[in-house]
Amino acid sequence: MSHAIQDKYFVPEAAKWPLVGSISLTILFCGFASYLNGSLLGPTLMVVGFILFIIMLFGWFGQVVNESEAGIYRKWEDMSFRMGMCWFIFSEVMFFGAFFGALYYARELSVPWLLGEGDGLPTHNLLWPGYTEVWPTNGPEDLGGSDYHMGWWPLPFINTVILLTSGLTVTWAHHAIKVDNRKQFIYGLFLTVLLGFIFVFLQGWEYVYAYDQGMKLSSGIYGSTFFMLTGFHGLHVTLGAIILLVMLVRAMLGHFTGQRHFAFEAAAWYWHFVDVVWLGLFIFVYITG
Amino acid sequence: MNAYSVDHSHDDHHDHGPPPGLMRWVTTTNHKDIGTLYLWFSLIMFFIGGFMALIIRSELFQPGLQIVDPHFFNQMTTMSFWILPFGFAMMLSTLFMDGGGPASGWTIYPPLVLQTGDALPFLIFSIHILGVSSIMGAINIVATIMNMRAPGMTYMKMPLFVWTWFITAYLLIAVMPVLAGAVTMLLTDKFFGTSFFDAAGGGDPVMFQHIFWFFGHPEVYILILPAFGIVSEIIPTFSRKQLFGYSSMVYATASIAFLSFIVWAHHMFTVGMPLVGEIFFMFTTMLIAVPTGVKVFNWVSTMWRGAMTFETPMLFAIGFVIMFTIGGFSGLMLAMTPIDFQYHDTYFVVAHFHYVLVPGAIFAIVAAVYYWLPKWTGNMYDEKLGKAHFWLSTIFVNILFFPMHFVGLAGMPRRIPDYAVQFTDFNQIATIGAFGFGFAQILLLVVVVKCIRGGSRATDQVWEGAHGLEWSVASPAPYHTFSPQPVVK
Repeated sequence: MSHAIQDKYFVPEAAKWPLVGSISLTILFCGFASYLNGSLLGPTLMVVGFILFIIMLFGWFGQVVNESEAGIYRKWEDMSFRMGMCWFIFSEVMFFGAFFGALYYARELSVPWLLGEGDGLPTHNLLWPGYTEVWPTNGPEDLGGSDYHMGWWPLPFINTVILLTSGLTVTWAHHAIKVDNRKQFIYGLFLTVLLGFIFVFLQGWEYVYAYDQGMKLSSGIYGSTFFMLTGFHGLHVTLGAIILLVMLVRAMLGHFTGQRHFAFEAAAWYWHFVDVVWLGLFIFVYITG
Repeated sequence: MNAYSVDHSHDDHHDHGPPPGLMRWVTTTNHKDIGTLYLWFSLIMFFIGGFMALIIRSELFQPGLQIVDPHFFNQMTTMSFWILPFGFAMMLSTLFMDGGGPASGWTIYPPLVLQTGDALPFLIFSIHILGVSSIMGAINIVATIMNMRAPGMTYMKMPLFVWTWFITAYLLIAVMPVLAGAVTMLLTDKFFGTSFFDAAGGGDPVMFQHIFWFFGHPEVYILILPAFGIVSEIIPTFSRKQLFGYSSMVYATASIAFLSFIVWAHHMFTVGMPLVGEIFFMFTTMLIAVPTGVKVFNWVSTMWRGAMTFETPMLFAIGFVIMFTIGGFSGLMLAMTPIDFQYHDTYFVVAHFHYVLVPGAIFAIVAAVYYWLPKWTGNMYDEKLGKAHFWLSTIFVNILFFPMHFVGLAGMPRRIPDYAVQFTDFNQIATIGAFGFGFAQILLLVVVVKCIRGGSRATDQVWEGAHGLEWSVASPAPYHTFSPQPVVK
């Protein structure tokens, strides 16, 4: 066990950032809620909360980066960071699980039951006469007007290739930093970030295309599941790309060594995670959708 | 940067003590200070929640509407469950908004909850914030248990309280994000035009119930597993024997956690499910009785032929074992689908989950307060007051909840401010029990405050039969409890 090597664990000093973080999130969310209720104060609160949140991120992560670069963390502390990241990714997996679950439930249960499956009662003939659609569907009331089916060719396929390639480039960067090859490390990271942002751009393009076809967030259950799943994934790709961008900046500032580069590894783990989620989306939303 | 002791060769025992005054509490990174904050917060929440429950019981003292209007009653039943400070403040504020509090019970089912006024986005975001809080806390606990055990403290030597917290934290990380997903869908259904829970768009309100209870059932084990751990510490101490069946306790806890993921639909037997679903969830639910039975057997076997004494923590622990078992049995009754069809949404269900959560979870938590209070404050608490607190709580909690079984079996529905005259007698008894139980809890506050202010000094070991690392350090424990680490043999 790692702690047999080390007899003392780093003890942080008193910290203000957790409190700043809590306050900023509260302001941000209260602002969002007020905005949804139509209050004019809402957007202002959101901006204030968001700026405070960004200050907290810079302050808190900055402190951790300084402590890391000062060589305060050793193996034992490093293990805590690794475990923390693993469990965080696990929680993210469960978050996506809720939406994949909703997709499964809608396709396999709620739509077939609207068509009279289940106990075989004729209720559906009275409630939704004439409804015969199967997946993809925007429901018996034809919500949003269109359930245009988003195919897997060509944009989603290209995006799959892009994300898989970015998985390779980030691994290339990892192998490079392990042997202290900073130049290749930076190239690999740069390519990964670039591919990430291209992915987000193409995803945005696809959304514009979908809206042109009349397929919207409000297009019944198909639109709901399509946009919420790909939307939350796109948000995670954007976050992942920003995290990798920070790693790129740190790499150019001379941070990380062949032995000590966990922040980069964590970002790479996160990147692989969004990659795997995309494969799930590609299969269950695009190909079989 | 210079403040950190990078050179670990010298003793950094006195590196940094707490900052003075209020800033100690606001900026603390010390696990015991944070623990203290959690404990005070939960004590305050206990009294706020309890006060709201008493409003409900007052309303139910007699049929007809007298104290609160049905709308407010509804909001109250939502409020008393979902409660950490910022998230809590947001949630509490919903009671005072345009359109009132949430238009649903604590289970926030659509479509009813979507009829909420201004309170809805605040309710949803407060759940997001509380979720973030739970996940961060839980990741901390899991990483601490996995990475920071003392040398020699193998997994199968850990105190059972640590084991149950380990598994509880795992459950939290697994299910809080699912709840976040569910309430996000509510938000987008209300404000952004999605139709996850709207049949007109091909969605289904029942889908919310499935996602919610996939979170909700592990959640009830999140509430009870730490209680199992507490009781598994206290009973061995006051029986002066080792815990009977330690490893079976660990495996039972893990099985309960596993089963918790595949039983959720027993909360919704009457909602409309394929027969095979009803049967599957009935049998998985009944399976939970097996590991839970193992636990109750082990607690009783630990007491068997032990040199028992009955200090307050032990009294609460024994009360827990007996009354939790009553709640467990009524749970077994509810698990049977055809029987549940009769009991669903009646006071029988209310009686069931209050037996497992009040004389269950809360009795165990109160037992823990008495057990660890001398370690926390360095003083012994007032044993006489403690015992009085126990007996008053036990008598009144049964007066409060036992009659609910009868009115439930007779058909009184839950979540109503008014009821048929035939249920009056039992409801009056329950309300008397509720006020007795509520006032008895003031004794807890008195005991805690008195103990902080003084009392006979507690020894390091505090209890004659106590074993474990925390009983080897001074009472109260030094600011940095172990430096350097102790070695466990």
